[in-house]
Amino acid sequence: MRKLLIMKQTARIISIYASDTAGVCSMLYELGGMTVVHDASGCNSTYSTHDEPRWYQQDSMIYISALTETDAILGNDARLVDDMVRAAEELKPRFLALCGSPMPMMIGTDFDALAMELETKTGLPVFGLHTNGMNSYLQGASDALCAYLKRFCTDTEKQKRSVNIIGATPLDFSLNGSISSIKTWLSGNGYDVVSCMAMESAPEEIAMAGKAAVNLVISSCGIAAAEYLKNRFSIPYVTGVPYGKAFADELLLSLKKAEEQGICFSPHTGRTVPDKGGISVVGESITASSFAAALAADCGVPVRVLCPAALQPAVLAPGDRVINCEDQISAEFSESEIVFADPLFEPVCPAGVRFIRYPHEAFSGRCFSGEIKNHICRELKREMFSL
Amino acid sequence: MLTKVQPHLDMSGAEIRIGDAVFPSPFEAGLEFSAPARGPWNIVHTGMLVPQSHQIFACARGCLRGVILTAAEMNAMNRMSWVSLEENDLFSGKMEQDLVDGCVHILEQMKRKPKAVLLFVSCLHLFSGFDFTLVLEQLRERFPEIDFIECYMHPTMRKSGLTPDQMMRQQLFAPLKSLPENPKSVAIVGNDRPTDPESFLCRSLAGNGLGVRDITLCRDYEEYLRMGESSLMIATYPPAKAGAEHLAKRLNRKFFYYPLSYSYAENARNQRCFLELLGLPEVDPELQIRTAEEALKQLKDVIGNIAIEIDYTSTPRPLGLARLLLEHGFNVKRVYADVFIGEEKEDFEFLKTNYPELILTATVHVKMRFSGKGCRTEEPVLAIGQKAAYFSGTRHFVNIVAGGGAHGFEGIIRMCEWMIDAFKNEKDTKEVIKLKGLGCESCLL
Repeated sequence: MRKLLIMKQTARIISIYASDTAGVCSMLYELGGMTVVHDASGCNSTYSTHDEPRWYQQDSMIYISALTETDAILGNDARLVDDMVRAAEELKPRFLALCGSPMPMMIGTDFDALAMELETKTGLPVFGLHTNGMNSYLQGASDALCAYLKRFCTDTEKQKRSVNIIGATPLDFSLNGSISSIKTWLSGNGYDVVSCMAMESAPEEIAMAGKAAVNLVISSCGIAAAEYLKNRFSIPYVTGVPYGKAFADELLLSLKKAEEQGICFSPHTGRTVPDKGGISVVGESITASSFAAALAADCGVPVRVLCPAALQPAVLAPGDRVINCEDQISAEFSESEIVFADPLFEPVCPAGVRFIRYPHEAFSGRCFSGEIKNHICRELKREMFSL
Repeated sequence: MLTKVQPHLDMSGAEIRIGDAVFPSPFEAGLEFSAPARGPWNIVHTGMLVPQSHQIFACARGCLRGVILTAAEMNAMNRMSWVSLEENDLFSGKMEQDLVDGCVHILEQMKRKPKAVLLFVSCLHLFSGFDFTLVLEQLRERFPEIDFIECYMHPTMRKSGLTPDQMMRQQLFAPLKSLPENPKSVAIVGNDRPTDPESFLCRSLAGNGLGVRDITLCRDYEEYLRMGESSLMIATYPPAKAGAEHLAKRLNRKFFYYPLSYSYAENARNQRCFLELLGLPEVDPELQIRTAEEALKQLKDVIGNIAIEIDYTSTPRPLGLARLLLEHGFNVKRVYADVFIGEEKEDFEFLKTNYPELILTATVHVKMRFSGKGCRTEEPVLAIGQKAAYFSGTRHFVNIVAGGGAHGFEGIIRMCEWMIDAFKNEKDTKEVIKLKGLGCESCLL
C-alpha cells in the first residue's frame, strides 16, 4: 500500500478544536462583562450553538460586531466603537472585552488602541484581546483570564489552606457537575475555595484570588494566570484534576506540599508511559494526563497521553506525545491497544484497536455532552471500561 | 450562579411600532446577538442536498468549527473535510498550492470518490487575492471524474451583492449542463425542502404530464444532473431566485418566479401567469379562495383571539402572513425580523397605514439577549417560527423554516392547519429549537 504523506492542517473526517474566540467568550461568560468578537457573522452562532452549554440557561453579554466588507476595506473602526459605547450605555456591563476573528487580523485592527479609546469613552475597564480565530480555545481562554486578573485582582491578606481553581470552562469540563465536585473535594479536605476561574464564582470572589495559599490549575488554559498570580502574590500552583481516587489523594498531597514549600507541582506527569501498545488517552494535556494518572493509579494500567498540537502548551509526562494531524493521530492509534478519545476521532481509529468514547466538548461540541462523565474523586475501576 | 445580569430591560431600539418604522431596515445596525433557534438551514445543510457529494472547507479554525459540527450533528462527517488556514499561510504565497495539496490528500484517501466536491473558501481568501480559478483548474485536471463546485463562506460580503445563502443556492446547480431539452420536464430550483405535492403548482405539473425535478427529491447524482434537461426553471423561495434565473440563462431555458405568498391577488396573478407560460387553460381561483377562507374561519374558531407572533425564519413573507391574518381578524401582535426583503414592501406599507400598532422586533439587537426572560407580559402566545417561540417563551408554535414547503393558496390552508396543531399541542421549545437544520438528521435526537 502506498504510504500517505503527512499533511498538517488537513483533515478528511475528524472535527477541529474550538477556537481562541470561543475560549475568550467561555472564560469571561459568567463575569458580568460584555464580550464582543469583531466578526462578520458566524462566530456568535458557532459559539452559542456548539461551545457554550450555558447559553440558554444563563444570560451573558456575548456579541459580534457584524463587520461588513465596506468597514473592512475602509478600516472603519468608528462604527465598532460607537456600537460598543451605545450597547455599554444601555446594558451596563462591568467591563468590555474585544477580541478578533480572522478578518480583523487580515486588516490589522489595533485592539489595544480600540480598548484605550473605548475605555476613555465608557469609563469602563476594557480588554483588547489579540485573538484571530486561528488558535485554540486554550489560548483565548488563557489570554482572557490573564487580562481579567490583571485588572480586577486586588491586594489582600493571605489565608492558609485556601485555594483558587484555575482554568474552568465548559469546553473542558462540560456542565456535568465536575466543577462542583472539585470544590466539594477541596472543601471536604479542609481547603477554603477562594474562587473558581471562571465557573460558579462571583467576580468579587475572583477579585480576592490573591489571598489563596495555593492554586489548582485544572486545564492548561489556566497556567498563564497561575504564573501571573505566582509572580504577583507568590502563590504556588499545582496542575491536575482530581480524577479517580488514588490520584486525587496524590493531588491533595501536592497541594499541601506546594503550600508548605512554595513550589509548583504537576503530579500527573510522574507517570510511567509505555513506548507503544497499551492505553492512549487523547485530549487537553492537564485533563487527559490527570485521567491517565488516575487510570494508572486506580486500575494499575500504564497510559500514554496523545495531546493534539492545537492544544499546546502541554503539561505532559515524558513519553506522552504531541500529535500534529489526522494522519499522525491514526498512526498513533495503531500503536495502541485501547484508545480513549472523543467519538469524532473514531473514524480514524484502525480496526483491531479498541475505541472507548471519551467525549470532549471542545472537540465535538454538544454532540455527546450527555456522555461526559464526572470522574472527580470517584474511583476508576477496570470494569467501568472493560479493561 | 445562574443569575440574570439584566433582569428587566427597556426594549426601545429593539422594537418599534410598524407605524413608526421605515422599510426595509426598521432598526439601527449594531452589535449582534444570536438566538438559540437553530432550525434554519446553513450552507452546509443546503450543500448536502447535492447527492453523492463531498464538502471541503478551507478557512480559519473559528469558521471551520461551525460548519464541521453542523456536519457532525447531522451524522455526515463522512461527507465533510477541511483544510485550515493559519496566520503564516496568508504570507507564504502558497495558499493556492496548499489548498490543492490538501484537497488531493483528502480525495486520495477516499476509497470511493465523490461525484462532486463543494470546495468552500472564505473571506480571508477573497481579501488576500486568492486565485480560486487556478485551484479549481488544477483539481479538475487531477480528478476529471469529479465535478468541483466553486463555493464561498464569506459572511463579510453578506451585504455586498449576493448573500452567502443566495450564492450557495446558485452554486448548488453549477454542475448542471444543458442537456437536450425535455418539454415534459420542469425543475423547481433552490428550495431546501420539497414543495407541497398538494399545492396548485405541483398538482398542475403532475396533472398535465409534466415531471418535476427538484434537488430535494434527487436520489443520486445522475438524477440531479438530469435537472439540466428541464425546459422551465421555477424558483419559489426568494433567496433561490437569483440562482434559478442564472441557471435558466446559462442553460438557455425559461424562468418563472412563483414565490410563496399569502395574498389572494398575488397567488391568483402568479397562477394565471404560470398556466399561461405552460400553455394550459386558465383556472378560476374562486374555489381556492373559498377553501382558504373556510380554513381561516376554522382557524379563528379554534384559536380565537390568542396573541400571534411571527418570525422571519418561518417564512420569507412574515409581513404578508401578518397582513392576511390581521385582515381576517386575528390578533397578530408582533413580527420578528431585522430586515425585510424587497417583495414585502407593499405589505409593509399596508400594515403601516392600516395596523400601525403591530410591533416589529429585531432578533439580533443586543437587548434581545434578555427578551422573553422577564421583559414580556405573561400573555399566551401562538408563535409561528422558532425565533418567535424562543423570544415569546411559548410552547405553542408552528415549527417550520423557509415557508415549510407550503405554496400558493394551499400554503394558506397548510398554515391554518399548522397553527391549529400548534395551538392544541405543546412542544418542548428548548429541545425542539436547539436542533440544527430542521428536517435534517441529528445526533442529538
